[in-house]
Amino acid sequence: MRILEHPILGDQPSRKKVTIDYEGKKIEAYEGEPIAAALSASGVMVFRRTKKFGEPRGISCAIGQCTDCIMKVNGIPNTRTCVTRVEAGMTVEEQR
Amino acid sequence: MEQYEFIVVGGGPSGMSGAIEAARAGVKRVAIIDENLTLGGQLVKQTHKFFGGKAHRAGERGIDIGVDMERTCGELGIEILRDTVVWGIFNHDTLALYQDHKSRRIRAKAILLSTGASENNITCPGWTLPGVMGAGAIQTMMNVHRVLPGTKILMVGSGNVGLIVSYQLVQAGAEVSAVIDILPAIGGYGVHASKITRLGIPIHVSQTLKEIRGQDRVEEAVTIEVDSSFKPIPGTEKTYPVDTVCIAVGLSPLSELAWMCGCEFRYIGELGGWVPCRRETMETTAPGIYIAGDASGIEEASTAMMTGAIAGLSVAERLGYLDPGKSKILRQEKIDGLVPFRCKYFEFRQEANQRLMEMGGVVQ
Repeated sequence: MRILEHPILGDQPSRKKVTIDYEGKKIEAYEGEPIAAALSASGVMVFRRTKKFGEPRGISCAIGQCTDCIMKVNGIPNTRTCVTRVEAGMTVEEQR
Repeated sequence: MEQYEFIVVGGGPSGMSGAIEAARAGVKRVAIIDENLTLGGQLVKQTHKFFGGKAHRAGERGIDIGVDMERTCGELGIEILRDTVVWGIFNHDTLALYQDHKSRRIRAKAILLSTGASENNITCPGWTLPGVMGAGAIQTMMNVHRVLPGTKILMVGSGNVGLIVSYQLVQAGAEVSAVIDILPAIGGYGVHASKITRLGIPIHVSQTLKEIRGQDRVEEAVTIEVDSSFKPIPGTEKTYPVDTVCIAVGLSPLSELAWMCGCEFRYIGELGGWVPCRRETMETTAPGIYIAGDASGIEEASTAMMTGAIAGLSVAERLGYLDPGKSKILRQEKIDGLVPFRCKYFEFRQEANQRLMEMGGVVQ
């Protein structure tokens, strides 16, 4: 959920709206925000599944330390989506 | 190899303070290296006003302090290397950097490790479910990226971080069902706790997480009361229908680079675990390697600014830009500035630092 107004931070700064490709679907994002922020705003919770038991993992640290949010971005695996910025037309998919 | 006088690893409050003090004293070729695109460390998400006195920038918000310090760095000609990871330090003077998918080395006469801390976790069934997040992570999402990761939250931990983030969650439009803490008393400042209770959010002490349940995401969290020896009391479970569990149970120093430099360490639980031994100047047992901020022991941004400044002044003295007498006077001002943050609620920090000294952790 986007925080549109905030008592301390004010209104959302105006940013360029773009679309990215998530698992074959088009989702809305702001250019320059972390991919994880765009996915979270679109309601995505599961970012990857563990190899052995298939357990779901989502955003945990949000600052590039824990690697729970790694995905395949533009074909590049192990991309930390919480510190990788959105560019128009990016493809983002779960790493399988 | 490029040669610097002073390299600061980590551009949060302690690192920027260190760089600023050193540059002000005349140290040339000072650079701050940070793995993020923006400087400020955790200040970038701190929308609340700081405490203390004028020297601690009381009454100012963390977000504004970070921006202001970065401006000062720019005015002093401090070089900033963003989006750059320091992956190693060799011979106490050579730093290996990873930048633009390439590795390179630089050399420095003195190095300050102000690498901060990472959030602690607690484990229980379901602790890895999407929707279980660190308090810092939630702050980053809502205050920096302006996305609310959940709408109904159970907060675990009643230290200042747990209390402040609960308040900030409400400011951002979320609902906080309760704050729990395994300890028998609220950990943070009374003023923060009062703000939470005024909002109608209950704070339950002597309670911990028993289990987090949900299919692919948090759907509910079960708490349980504990006795005076922290043992769960069966039959006291309570279920909260929440979509997010926020974990605010402390931090651990990020000190890998200090370990790599061969620094001596001591274990002080109240300072977050293993902390590097240091001199009063904040120099570690590795010559020319200084440490400050949470990496030297978990406290808070205000103390991080003080310890960073002490390190910066010491570096200026080491490199011959400050005479020892003047350096000592300036450092003493910063040491005095630590006092308000090591008393009352946080008396234990003074005791912990005292114990560090007794354990040989403060080298004369």
